[in-house]
Amino acid sequence: MTVLVFLDHESGVIRQASRSAVTAARALGEVHALVTGDAAVADAAARIDGVAKVLRAAGAAAAHELAEPLAAVIADLAPAYSHIVAASGASGKNVLPRAAALLDVQPIPDVVSIVDADTFVRPIYAGSALATVKSSDAKKVLTVRASSFDPASAEGGAAPIEQVTVPEGPAVSEFVSIALSKSERPELESARVIVSGGRGMQNEENFKLLNPLADRLGAAIGASRAAVDAGFVPNDYQVGQTGKIVAPDLYVAVGISGAIQHLAGMKDSKVIVAINKDPEAPIFQVADYGLVGDLFEILPQVEAALDTAG
Amino acid sequence: MKVLVPVKRVIDFNIKPRVKADGTGVETAGVKMSMNPFDEIAVEEAVRLKEKGIATEVVAVSVGVQQAQDTLRTAMAMGADRAILVLTDVAVEPLGVAKILKALVARESPDLVLLGKQAIDDDMNATGQMLAGLLGWAQGTFASKIEIADGKAAVTREIDGGLETLTLTLPAIVTADLRLNEPRYASLPNIMKARKKPLETIAPADLGVDVTPRLTIVSVAEPPARQQGIKVESAADLVARLRNEAKVI
Amino acid sequence: MTENARETMEFDIVVVGGGPSGLAAAIRLRQLVPQATVCLIEKGSEIGAHILSGAVIEPRALDELLPDWRETGAPLNTPVTEEAMLFLTENRGYTVPLLDRVMPHMRNHGNYIVSLGDVCRWLAGRAEELGVEIYPGFAGADVLVEDGRVVGVVTGDMGIGRDGEPGPNYAPGMELRAKYTLFAEGCRGSLTKRLMAMYNLRKGVDPQTYGLGIKELWEVPAEQHRPGLVQHSFGWPLDDRTYGGAWMYHFGENLVSYGFVVGLDYPNTWLSPFDEMQRLKLHPSFRSTFEGGRRIAYGARALSEGGIQSIPRLTFPGGALIGDTAGFLNVPKIKGTHTAMKSGMLAAEAVAEAMEGGRAEPTSYTARVRQSWLWEELRGVRNIRPAFARFGMKGGALYSGIDAMLLRGRAPWTLRHRHADNEVLESASASPQIAYPKPDGKITFDKLSSVFLSATNHEEDQPVHLKLRNDALWKTVNWDVFRAPESRYCPAGVYEAVDVETAPRLQINAQNCVHCKTCDIKDPAQNIDWCTPEGAGGPNYPGGM
Repeated sequence: MTVLVFLDHESGVIRQASRSAVTAARALGEVHALVTGDAAVADAAARIDGVAKVLRAAGAAAAHELAEPLAAVIADLAPAYSHIVAASGASGKNVLPRAAALLDVQPIPDVVSIVDADTFVRPIYAGSALATVKSSDAKKVLTVRASSFDPASAEGGAAPIEQVTVPEGPAVSEFVSIALSKSERPELESARVIVSGGRGMQNEENFKLLNPLADRLGAAIGASRAAVDAGFVPNDYQVGQTGKIVAPDLYVAVGISGAIQHLAGMKDSKVIVAINKDPEAPIFQVADYGLVGDLFEILPQVEAALDTAG
Repeated sequence: MKVLVPVKRVIDFNIKPRVKADGTGVETAGVKMSMNPFDEIAVEEAVRLKEKGIATEVVAVSVGVQQAQDTLRTAMAMGADRAILVLTDVAVEPLGVAKILKALVARESPDLVLLGKQAIDDDMNATGQMLAGLLGWAQGTFASKIEIADGKAAVTREIDGGLETLTLTLPAIVTADLRLNEPRYASLPNIMKARKKPLETIAPADLGVDVTPRLTIVSVAEPPARQQGIKVESAADLVARLRNEAKVI
Repeated sequence: MTENARETMEFDIVVVGGGPSGLAAAIRLRQLVPQATVCLIEKGSEIGAHILSGAVIEPRALDELLPDWRETGAPLNTPVTEEAMLFLTENRGYTVPLLDRVMPHMRNHGNYIVSLGDVCRWLAGRAEELGVEIYPGFAGADVLVEDGRVVGVVTGDMGIGRDGEPGPNYAPGMELRAKYTLFAEGCRGSLTKRLMAMYNLRKGVDPQTYGLGIKELWEVPAEQHRPGLVQHSFGWPLDDRTYGGAWMYHFGENLVSYGFVVGLDYPNTWLSPFDEMQRLKLHPSFRSTFEGGRRIAYGARALSEGGIQSIPRLTFPGGALIGDTAGFLNVPKIKGTHTAMKSGMLAAEAVAEAMEGGRAEPTSYTARVRQSWLWEELRGVRNIRPAFARFGMKGGALYSGIDAMLLRGRAPWTLRHRHADNEVLESASASPQIAYPKPDGKITFDKLSSVFLSATNHEEDQPVHLKLRNDALWKTVNWDVFRAPESRYCPAGVYEAVDVETAPRLQINAQNCVHCKTCDIKDPAQNIDWCTPEGAGGPNYPGGM
């Protein structure tokens, strides 16, 4: 079996998530990579470990990963492949379902585990359940969760690069502009690291003590409902069942007891750190690393340790 | 300009779904159902387009069981003019829904189909894109802003790490993301008025569409519970472990 | 002003509350006067969302209201087949012998174990078929009164911010005007409270006394499920001065309804009904049922236990009180669904008559109640609950046995309720502290993970719906004297005393509120006022609850 993996890139750099998609695809067969953009992107794709061939869709029509031409390219290439895979990012989710429709295939998004060539595990209900689904389509179209597959090494491959033509069609959509966020503080939903404060922060003034730690970690700042209710921070900081559901790589809970509503909003974080003075606080039941003590003493120590080690 | 707004009836977002003991799915009997929140945003945007004088008619569509009528009534209470229910007991997949919508597009000839980016039950995030593919129309997914002028829609999209703006030639498909707007309440007077708005019911077969699912559910399970970790002794130890053991900083 | 922005709709009858009494009244009205326009509003997000009961129900009222219920899919599927009453000591359970004789009220032959929420959902479907307009998600926020007559209600405003100012989604409440308004709010209705004050409805009757019921729904392994089994208990873990007991009903598909009721006239300020309920599950008479099962829902609700001594005047110009907001629960039977439905049906008949005669007050409702089996039933058991308050749990049990076997409910005396529940709480220093076991996370749980299973939600940005009439009283009364009893009696963790070592203050987590109304009842100084939050807020009890 041969698998076509669409690798998306940002400003010429192939996303790490796409290299995770390569790893997932290798479990299914030989990997051919489809890229857009300039030659450097194709060169980078060719060096990814495990990529056997790179297909480069060059030219204006394929720039900016617009869904209409890209889906058409994928549909054109599809007959040679058993599976078509991309990372579950904004680009993959934009393009692949459209390609699947052109192929009369029901796509399978957000795959976290590959059981066999037809059977896949994916979260439903925002991760409240895991469904194992078996596809009866002749060809499978999947997007895969980057967090479930280690990224393939960016180096080690030397795949040949082929040009593919973008089918002619009326240009129904047109790229206008892109604005990548440069804010120092990432947004909660997309942050890789989140530092969250709870009622243990005591007041609005003390809550700001989380800023230096968040600065060092490049983290977004969140809060428990108790902290929001107590008026330390506005509503939109709230992480939890009734606030934002987040799943960063690192979640640092400071002075948060770990009410179930809060846990519901962050339990899918990859690594959870809890800092709390109460050793019985429920947050420690889900924390990978717990530190018991007075947060006002611990916070400066963590900052100092980060500065030293960094 | 006519706007078609497909909406889905799903388990209410406040309810934590419960996996059935036999692993065949999620318990839906007696569970509160509501309009998919992303679809509410789509309805709101369509109604705002009408209030601005850009849209002339907003038609809500749902594919599902009889009770999906309630969801359509809610859409009409929010301001949709009329509704169409494609009645089926089958859990139709996005591919099937897209085919049904394609047939309805042929019947209704809308200039814009505005729908939620994904349903919060199956989290597929596919129907809009698939409908666009089947129709060969332009697509603007994950929209946080829509401006319509001169037969074109300028759509700002939420992409990884920022925002992208596209211009789509109408007719087009736009899927709504969370920040597009904050939907209004369906007020009691409007709910009462919505009872009198037209609601048409048709069957998928009337549209000549085969909605046989392509995916079979082998099993549905609860995700594994998180394991308790360790207590560290000092801030320095914590940072060292995050760096060397967990490799997250 | 918002007054001007309000839209108005006129109906013949408006019913406030979509529980058994409200739905029964609405159905009866359309049966009697098919041309009457009947509108029913419900503060829960859907019918059934706020319904919490055991529940074993007696189908008597349903037989009268919808005689075809068996053929039309009413969800009464598990007949009671086996029943037991246990007296518990800490480690043992003793079955009460000859249950039929000593506790005839507990006889459940012919009754059904149900999810009352599901029954209400079904009743709502029947009501809609009959032309009742049902609007869930809208709370009755205020009573409309003109020239001394109730002329309807105003639904709550939506989209008011936490600061009390209208937000961008502000939608003003609507005036639902009616010739007659029936208040079916359930125990301790917030509009009922105003009506009682406005029309002095409690004049000459005993204070109402209440219980707090806390319930869990479990799914248990099939081999532990005994469909049709009804088990009740009294005794441990409550002391002799505290009225209460537990229930456990096996029904449906491997479902078990477990719950616990505590009389809110308990004196010990350290008592936590929630923790009593949790620890009772560890008793050998209960524990084995729950082993290996999973808890799927949780909730709580106050109930009226005063009986006929405490029933207020039922009518006023333009309306009536029906169901448990008036207090028709049969306490020894621990059943109120059939009486609530019956009261709604009788009120409907009285309204139909008043409407025809053009009279403002449906006065015949009171006489209809007094002439019905409802009154006869409640009169027969009137002394049992007050006997427990007077003679303690053991004395009360003895009294009720004598009452049942010798007096057969026809005692020539009536025991009174002498105090409101909030008046009998004793100070922290005078009350013995209680050590509750820590939750094990398998059979017993903490409050917050419990509230999570009630699917409770309130729109974040809205004014706090639990109001202190006088903020200063909390420190001097609730804290200094009673050490924050609200943090213990509230089954949803709404009330928390924080900064207790430095400057104690009350934190109100209004979002957690499951609308049980206990705070409105038990606060020692009656300083907490439970108001309706934005419609659709509160618990979302699932099917099976």
